[in-house]
Amino acid sequence: MTSIGTGYDLSASTYSPDGRIFQVEYANKAVENSGTAIGLRVKDGIVFAVEKLVHSKLLVPGANRRIMTVDRHVGLATAGFLADGRTIATRARDESAGYRQTYLTPPPLKTLADRLGLYVQAYTLYSSVRPFGISTILGSVDKDGPQLYVIEPSGVFFGYHGAAVGKGRQLAKTELEKIDLANISTRQAVKEAARIIYLVHDDAKEKEFELEMSWIGDESNGLHQPVPKDLFDEAEKAAKESLENFE
Amino acid sequence: MDHHPMNWGRPRNDMADPYGTYPIPQRPMNTQTFEDSVQHTQQPIVTGASVLAIKYANGVMLAADNLASYGSLARFKDVKRVIQVGSSTIVGASGDMSDFQYLQRELDELVIDEITHSDGHNLGAKEIHEYLSNLLYARRSKINPLWNSLLVGGCSPEGKRFLAYVDLLGTTYSASTLATGYGAYIAQPLLRKAVEGREDTLTEAEAVKILEDSLKVLYYRDARSLNKYQIAKVTAQGVEISDSKSQDTTWGFAEGIRGYGAQTQ
Amino acid sequence: MSDTVTLAGPQQRQFNPYSDNGGTILAVAGANFSVIAGDTRQSEGYNIQTRYAPKVFRLTDKAVLAVNGFAADGNMFVKKVKQRLEWYRHAHSKDMPLRSIARLIQSMLYGRRFFPYYVYNILGGIEEDGSGAVYSFDPVGSYERETCRAAGAAQSLVQPFLDNQIYFKNQVAAPGTSHPSHLPLSDVLALVIDSFTSATERHIEVGDGLEIFIVLARGAPIHGLEAIQGIQEMTSNAEGERVFIVRRVLKYD
Repeated sequence: MTSIGTGYDLSASTYSPDGRIFQVEYANKAVENSGTAIGLRVKDGIVFAVEKLVHSKLLVPGANRRIMTVDRHVGLATAGFLADGRTIATRARDESAGYRQTYLTPPPLKTLADRLGLYVQAYTLYSSVRPFGISTILGSVDKDGPQLYVIEPSGVFFGYHGAAVGKGRQLAKTELEKIDLANISTRQAVKEAARIIYLVHDDAKEKEFELEMSWIGDESNGLHQPVPKDLFDEAEKAAKESLENFE
Repeated sequence: MDHHPMNWGRPRNDMADPYGTYPIPQRPMNTQTFEDSVQHTQQPIVTGASVLAIKYANGVMLAADNLASYGSLARFKDVKRVIQVGSSTIVGASGDMSDFQYLQRELDELVIDEITHSDGHNLGAKEIHEYLSNLLYARRSKINPLWNSLLVGGCSPEGKRFLAYVDLLGTTYSASTLATGYGAYIAQPLLRKAVEGREDTLTEAEAVKILEDSLKVLYYRDARSLNKYQIAKVTAQGVEISDSKSQDTTWGFAEGIRGYGAQTQ
Repeated sequence: MSDTVTLAGPQQRQFNPYSDNGGTILAVAGANFSVIAGDTRQSEGYNIQTRYAPKVFRLTDKAVLAVNGFAADGNMFVKKVKQRLEWYRHAHSKDMPLRSIARLIQSMLYGRRFFPYYVYNILGGIEEDGSGAVYSFDPVGSYERETCRAAGAAQSLVQPFLDNQIYFKNQVAAPGTSHPSHLPLSDVLALVIDSFTSATERHIEVGDGLEIFIVLARGAPIHGLEAIQGIQEMTSNAEGERVFIVRRVLKYD
């Protein structure tokens, strides 16, 4: 370790002299390498969409889902290491079930985001562990209506009207800002979400991708479910068409 | 001196084992000091009475009244003893209502676990009945029973019907008509006469009539029953549990009855 | 008031983890076959819980187990035996021999010596030497190989009948002749059916339906078995022992 200031990136339990934790920043890099995931909080619900990059033609379609169900009314989408995403989903399910056991009521998303935030943050404290290489979009329709949160590798979490994580997040955020999120329906949001995912996908760099979409709202009886096939196909078709007009 | 609660009431010597001469499970710290004070359910407290169920052409129909008794006191008169579990199963419970509420929580957790796995598998009535059987049998084997008799009804989207019983001993069986509690004595013969051999032709209206007639007989004869009940059905289309309803009964004849108890004239 | 009245001491109520679900089972061994049968009524007290609850189970192509007593214990016991036999198959790529299944059952029963499975077991099938065999067990694992055995609610009605008709007890052979040590299959089936119709007449816990399993030794002739109406073959492996099942109705009352 020379005076130049190297060696501060080897452990999550060491600050650099200017007060940064490099391991956490590297974890953010892992997220940036991942296919885009977006979440929309709209008038009557939540819509998730994921650009799942397919790295091999040998994979079964629908394999390695990045949108997962946490509880009846809660879903999440991750960008980053898929395995870390699975871990966070398992933890989220345990937290949710635990909350139900204690309070006999479904957990509000704020509580769930808080607990998961604490869990992720704990992995930034010790030299023996690696911070989570994912950003998680949490969505739910709870007693206070639609809720959307993003948890970052540092453990910090914020509530959003629209969220985008992964490779194409910049463009996706720009697109989300143009939408009147508070006033559109989940049905409309599904089409917007599909369009954004197709828009941010970079044909030149990445080959194949699969679109994954799910929603929570009145249309799904408050349950987190995959977007029904007819609507999904319609949205995907429209997304492809808008892309052609765009170019 | 050792003040650890686990060592209360134990002799002061032998407390320390500096040389590890005892195997770990036998050391004072690891014994269950309060073992003798742990109580298990020895009798039900707040109880529900009969549950009736039959197979009919479209699926399975189940009925139970809304009463939870505290001994002979009609304590709670708006209790729901039939519940939906998953998308194609109904469960009706008699026996201890607190144990049933516990079971509802267990089943809810089970169903959520299944949903979150989202692997295309579904918990049907057969699976839920097997789960309950294993749970109740395991608890009876710990001499800590869940004091219930349960009827589990189901119908797959393809129309395959399921109806089975399980109780606090883990005893299970299946038949086209089932009844728990007093219903096993009073309603079961009526149900068998009306249903056996006609499981595939009975209409929904006929099935409702059969169950309502049996409930009425039970209401006349079972002092722990109530003239307020729900009927639940499960068909290939899913589950429907009715709102509470009641039937007209006639008690005028009672005035003319002589010869029971103290009143002989 | 009588002065013999004593003050009642503290009363203890204890949960009873057992029940008796009635029914009867029986098995008979022939020279190269075995017959295992049971009725299908399940009852508790005066209630018939169901008219069809099987008590006899095919374990392998050469072993059939009948369980009688407390139904919940019986079903759990059969489940565990089947599980052990599956593990054996995975470990050894073959079915467990009959005498080994018998020994396994004794270990499993004795393992619960101080909280027994309240179940009487009768195991029937074909030994490795091709002979028909019947093993009977008490609830805590005492067992022996026999030629025939009845158990359950109507044991006291059926066993003496079997003793007389199969062991020829109290019968004297005609001068210069001797009793056969094994009966032909057709005779055994007739005795089994008669046993259950008789037990159904005289015992309230027996009736509704009858399931008869027939296990034939490898290469044994099926002597007229195919003529029995409603007979079904349950064999899984073509060249080996064969298992058949015959279902009959018994009286409902």
